[in-house]
Amino acid sequence: MIPAGFEYHRPADLAAAIGILQQHGDEARVVAGGHSLIPMMKLRMAELGHLVDLRDIGELRGIGIAGGTAEIGAMTTQHELIGHGGLASALPVLREAALQIADPQVRYLGTIGGNVANGDPGNDMPAVMQCLGARFRLCGPEGEREVAARDFYEAAFFTARAEEEILSRILIPLPPEGTGQAYVKQKRKIGDYATAAAAVIAGRDSASVAMTNLSDTPVWSAEAGAALAAGHVEGCVEAMLAAIDPQEDMRGPIPFKKHVAAVVLRRAIGAALARRA
Amino acid sequence: MDKIPVTFTLNGETVEGLAEPRMLLIHFLRETLGVTGPHIGCETSHCGACTVDMDGRSVKSCTLFAVQASGSEIVTVEGLANPDGTLGVIQEMFREHHGLQCGFCTPGMITRAWRLLQETPNPSEEQVRFGMAGNLCRCTGYQNIVKAVLASAAELNAAKEAAE
Ligand SMILES: Cc1cc2nc3c(=O)[nH]c(=O)nc-3n(C[C@H](O)[C@H](O)[C@H](O)COP(=O)(O)OP(=O)(O)OC[C@H]3O[C@@H](n4cnc5c(N)ncnc54)[C@H](O)[C@@H]3O)c2cc1C
Ligand code: FES
Ligand code: FES
Repeated sequence: MIPAGFEYHRPADLAAAIGILQQHGDEARVVAGGHSLIPMMKLRMAELGHLVDLRDIGELRGIGIAGGTAEIGAMTTQHELIGHGGLASALPVLREAALQIADPQVRYLGTIGGNVANGDPGNDMPAVMQCLGARFRLCGPEGEREVAARDFYEAAFFTARAEEEILSRILIPLPPEGTGQAYVKQKRKIGDYATAAAAVIAGRDSASVAMTNLSDTPVWSAEAGAALAAGHVEGCVEAMLAAIDPQEDMRGPIPFKKHVAAVVLRRAIGAALARRA
Repeated sequence: MDKIPVTFTLNGETVEGLAEPRMLLIHFLRETLGVTGPHIGCETSHCGACTVDMDGRSVKSCTLFAVQASGSEIVTVEGLANPDGTLGVIQEMFREHHGLQCGFCTPGMITRAWRLLQETPNPSEEQVRFGMAGNLCRCTGYQNIVKAVLASAAELNAAKEAAE
């Protein structure tokens, strides 16, 4: 379980990190918490010549809530997210989801940026971001741009991020006061990825719904959200079941996954509605 | 790849060595520095036997390169004994409550429990189980580990009160 050799870089700022990516092209990869990338390197499923460690880059840290938007630095760890009081009251669904990711050790190092940039359909935060209508800020040689979370995921491990771009911040519009939020996940044991999980927000006449690990990307369904906003829980479940495309694997056959998807979605809807003020 | 210098504080003392960038922290600790408290159980980020404390966080040293730890402060189970070499409180409570059988998971368990009790000095049983969920044990069935951690909390809190 020893990865192939590589050169280690630890740039002090974003511009230097982008410079290294530009210089080495697809030979280079950034590492954040390393808890998806390093296991892949150990299995030799990810091979790279240059590892660019983002840990010293202050620009990628920090959490701010202002003007109806929460801004979260990409290098914010799940542990920091869980402990942030302002986020816990404005966006409790983030904390609820983060607490269901892996175990304490993984959450101390794993970052929100790595979780959403990774592109693994098993990651929990992408569906939460799609549910909330988050935007991802990407910094590259040509400057900054923003991509909506709902447009970011193309296929498993393929995203709208270009090789020389670094995800710097996540911007989340705060849902209106009184909106109920929930993330419900079914997993086989602590430290397992979801068999199925659902993120739901429900306000007085608006709603949004997204799910994890039921397709090669997170699944957000406009129809499911519209049905829930109109008060039709079963219509929402039906629309979502039509949108997902689960595959058979060690977490079970397709009919089972669809069954679990409907169960967790109903539970998440129930929780979000109960929390609505 | 060339080896590069790695230096950090280990149990209060500055240590240094050379490591290839791909060398995992657990291998650097065990093989380069001869610190064999942290164990290698799974080597796949699942079991927690390799847990060490880095800058106030419990981390799996099999999922971190030694070069990434450069400049940090690391504590291993060796650092949790009393200065005179006798067992520290958490170590003693694991002994007293039979929190181990083969002992393979124990260094990781104790190092994790130490951090957990600093963040949550008065944990409920549920908080102990949730907070220790990154550490697997094949022997005990966890019951006595949970008891040992709860007993450690009580001992540490009593000592703190006595000191005040
Ligand atoms: C035992 C175990 C259980 C786990 N269970 C879960 C789980 O239940 N749910 C879950 O969601 N995750 C789970 N994970 C994964 C974990 O949450 C990872 O930490 C997370 O997926 C990636 O975040 P990271 O900071 O560790 O990223 P890294 O591993 O450092 O990076 C992941 C990928 O994203 C890229 N990347 C990282 N940061 C940036 C950035 N700022 N800009 C551009 N690209 C970037 C990297 O190049 C790499 O390709 C588990 C991991 C382990 C080891
Ligand atoms: S050896 Fe590191 S988690 Fe098992
Ligand atoms: S005591 Fe044997 S693995 Fe825990």
